[in-house]
Amino acid sequence: MTENLKFRNPELAQNIAAKIKSLSPKAGKTKICHVCGTHEWTITHYGLRSLLPEDVEVIAGPGCPVCIVPAAEIDEAVQLAQMGIVVTCFGDVLRVPGSKMSLLEAKAAGADVRIVYAVSDAVEMAKHEPQKQFVFFAVGFETTAPSTAVEALGNPPKNLSFLVSHRLIPPAMELLLGVGDLQIDGFIAPGHVSAIIGLKPYELFPRVYRMPTVVAGFEPIDVLMAIYMIVKQQSEGTAKLENEYPRVVKPEGNPKALEMMNKAFTVTGGNWRGIGRLPDSALQLRESLADYDARLKYSVHVEQGKDILLGCECHLVIIGKIKPNECPMFMKACTPEKPVGACMVSNEGTCRVWSKNVAIQS
Amino acid sequence: MNIDGSKANVDFGQGVLREVNVSLVDAKVGDYVLVHAGYAIQVIEEKEALETLSLWNSILEATPE
Repeated sequence: MTENLKFRNPELAQNIAAKIKSLSPKAGKTKICHVCGTHEWTITHYGLRSLLPEDVEVIAGPGCPVCIVPAAEIDEAVQLAQMGIVVTCFGDVLRVPGSKMSLLEAKAAGADVRIVYAVSDAVEMAKHEPQKQFVFFAVGFETTAPSTAVEALGNPPKNLSFLVSHRLIPPAMELLLGVGDLQIDGFIAPGHVSAIIGLKPYELFPRVYRMPTVVAGFEPIDVLMAIYMIVKQQSEGTAKLENEYPRVVKPEGNPKALEMMNKAFTVTGGNWRGIGRLPDSALQLRESLADYDARLKYSVHVEQGKDILLGCECHLVIIGKIKPNECPMFMKACTPEKPVGACMVSNEGTCRVWSKNVAIQS
Repeated sequence: MNIDGSKANVDFGQGVLREVNVSLVDAKVGDYVLVHAGYAIQVIEEKEALETLSLWNSILEATPE
């Protein structure tokens, strides 16, 4: 417990901030991008941006797995719920807007939609209520996908199926490098996704794109340290892949988890809300598990949904082109209580994170 | 705290005990684990954590600015 406090030590933080400041002139303007809602939470909650020199900027990429679920897939879940199937999902998926309504609104209209903390909860429910049909709406990046795999491969009850909406992080990182005016100088890679996938998937960033990349943990010192490591690389003109989080991230990741994912899923192209289609960025159940694929079982497929409502700028926020407070609706028409876009709905959404810390950011 | 097949009882601190699925890790009783949505996804080595802290300190002391 005391060791954890060392990862939040203010003196150490000031020390690292001073080192960043002294390296900054040599590094020049440095724009660092992370792709994790929890990293944005740490940065915002601990006011880390206020510790950085003017030339070092940290922007938030599409790190919120709930925010990037396309409206079409929310519509599929709503459709299933309206067919009388019990739809189970994680908490913040409930309020994400679909083209016509969210799962919460479907629930209010009489559908049986239930929040679960873990996939296994859905399995238990299905076992206890064999007369009902259940679907687990599987949302999340590589941190969450292995648990869906464990259950899908564990001979789940026949009255349960999966609506799979998992996405993969490295393709999103690659996309950001193609956004011309973004001009990213380095990446902070997500610590817990990396606990699963290891370091290999990021190798192309320093090697092909000359992009310094540091895998970071979630304590404020972890993030500050990662920023320091990137600024140091910039000042030396190097581009390396480094691991700031070796206490959790092994170079090989979690081989068991990767094996389960491979057994349960194939990689396919996927739509990302506000971004569009990214090749090789989504997971779908293998043919061998077709009986558990909700889309096949119930012939449910929505091709195109209404991703961004009029006036909403989530598509600019999630790729780091604008900050939440640069969206005209932020904390006016769009608030945590009455969210317009997905970025304000999820706990990991950039706008939601900023809404809790508005004073610090300004 | 104790392991039974694929499930383990994990102490989250302050008296909170929860059942966690450990099939994704090789954990022994007494290990610290990283839990995500009810599943342990990695074993955390206290030794590594302490090593990280001392490594940081030496980096910060050694770098000539």
